[in-house]
Amino acid sequence: MTREAVVCVRNLRTQFGPHLVHEGLDLDLFRGEILGVVGASGSGKSVLLRAIVGLEVSQAGTIEVLGKTLAALPGSERRAVEQRWGVMFQDGALFSSLTVRENVEVPLRAVPGLTDAQRRGLAELKVSMAGLPWKANNNYPSELSGGMRKRAGLARALALDPEILFLDEPTAGLDPIGAAAFDRLILTLRDALNLSVFLVTHDLDTLHACCDRVAVLAEHKVLTTGTMADMLKVDHPWVHEYFHGARARAASGGNPDRD
Amino acid sequence: MGTDKAEKLKSLETRELSVLSENGCLFLSGELTVWTLMRFPPAPKAVRIDLAGVTRMDTAGAWELVQRRAAGSLLTGLGSQHAHLLQTVSDALPVATPERKRSARLRLLLDATGRAVVGALVYLGQLAEYLGRTLSALGRALRHPTRFPLTSLAHHCQETGLRAVPIVAVMSFLIGVVLGFQGADQLRPFGAEIFVVDLIAISILRELGILLTAIIVAGRTASALTASLGSMKMRQEIDAMRTLALDPDLVLILPRVLALVLMLPILGLVSALSGLLGGAMMSWIELGQSPAVFLARLADVDVSHAIVGVIKAPVFALIIGVIGCQAGMSVGNDAESLGRMTSAAVVSAIFAVIIADAAFSVFFAKVGL
Repeated sequence: MTREAVVCVRNLRTQFGPHLVHEGLDLDLFRGEILGVVGASGSGKSVLLRAIVGLEVSQAGTIEVLGKTLAALPGSERRAVEQRWGVMFQDGALFSSLTVRENVEVPLRAVPGLTDAQRRGLAELKVSMAGLPWKANNNYPSELSGGMRKRAGLARALALDPEILFLDEPTAGLDPIGAAAFDRLILTLRDALNLSVFLVTHDLDTLHACCDRVAVLAEHKVLTTGTMADMLKVDHPWVHEYFHGARARAASGGNPDRD
Repeated sequence: MGTDKAEKLKSLETRELSVLSENGCLFLSGELTVWTLMRFPPAPKAVRIDLAGVTRMDTAGAWELVQRRAAGSLLTGLGSQHAHLLQTVSDALPVATPERKRSARLRLLLDATGRAVVGALVYLGQLAEYLGRTLSALGRALRHPTRFPLTSLAHHCQETGLRAVPIVAVMSFLIGVVLGFQGADQLRPFGAEIFVVDLIAISILRELGILLTAIIVAGRTASALTASLGSMKMRQEIDAMRTLALDPDLVLILPRVLALVLMLPILGLVSALSGLLGGAMMSWIELGQSPAVFLARLADVDVSHAIVGVIKAPVFALIIGVIGCQAGMSVGNDAESLGRMTSAAVVSAIFAVIIADAAFSVFFAKVGL
């Protein structure tokens, strides 16, 4: 049985002036999986995420999301696709003039026929599902800590029950307990909502805890994909260093070479 | 194959929920999602809800069902996956903490008034604090001349002084033109056209030249001060300076305020000169007074008017600078407060300049200058 790819990137080339970011990049995200995207700083992980959601224009290649080529779609159809994904930016990217609940209500306002009470109730539900206390609903983003802003960003990304969730470094800057709770939250949400998750991260603990598959970005393309166990067998120097370094050993419980 | 795919897409696109009501039982079929929630009719009393026909459900649908269940409805025909979702949602259901009781209206009014008054007093206190900090920074800079931020001072003199010359000059020239024209028109019936020179000279030298310059500079520079200091504050640059043993008062505030104090009298002079030029031109055109006559009449105007105008300039500059710096340093860590403080700084600075001008008028009248 072949799995359905919800995101399908083929032969992508992205370039800023003379600076080449991606060349001949292929990547699939399958339905219901959590894909971790890793790579050195500046290897274009975030650019890839932005290219998929249409914030960067690529010079060549195709990007299909939910079976549709986004760049070729007319406005209304494009919006329909955009309502089926959720994006969480690094620092939450909340609207600073709105409270947390109003932030989560923004995407819900696109739904016709929803009463104010329903919208409010749903927004509060999403805030609670993202692990924030009820009283955070009325806080403005500037009144929240970095971890809470990330959770509020996640709540907004989940507002319309997306099929695909894009997360840009969700655990960066969180304390280990908060990061572990975030990992569990992502797993719980995936199981409950059957999400497909595109997760850009540097956090080896997150890779171990949640990801079904890992894609390594290096040399302008996806160097290799596979499970964490597969990654340990890859013979590329950077990949070897990444998954066998001291931090990797600590994250995997002391013995990455156990197999 | 093409039609096959199109049909599949179509089935994905159609977000349909049909509800069949039959003797107190709602039969739902189709998709129960946030998009179809409006087709789920509100039931006033408890009913049985049959969900056997529901193909897809999201958290919004599950949330609605949890609410109905809490209201006493009975849910039947729930698939195992949907039951799991329902469980997740009901587990995550937020617990509302009771809001604080709202006070009575009169108390709210008193509360708001009190807060506003205290806020205003605190604001005045802060302005005094920043004035003191600027002066003490000046004192330290004079005692340790090597630490004096001379480069920065020159840069800000250029920004607030030189760059403002064109706008100030053009504005004052036009004011002079207007005064000359209107003054001649009003004085002609009395045969007192010749006094138009006194009118222009006194009003421009004493009041309008410096006041309008101060207002322009308040708009230009107070906003720039707040925005630059505020964005540095927002990005923790000022905290970084403190940890590097750099004194923000000395490095940031002093050169900005000092540049204003040095430049505003010069701008006031530029403004007075171009105002007189405009007035002279207008009285030449309108009244046929040659520039030589204008100059001769001008020599009779008391020099004290010019002195009064120049005395006010450094005080206005200090007001603008201190208000702009205080607003910039009070910016929080969000973009919203940066915008709010910038506009508040401009409004306060213009307001304070006009108040100070009124106070000066009274003062000079009493002193007899």
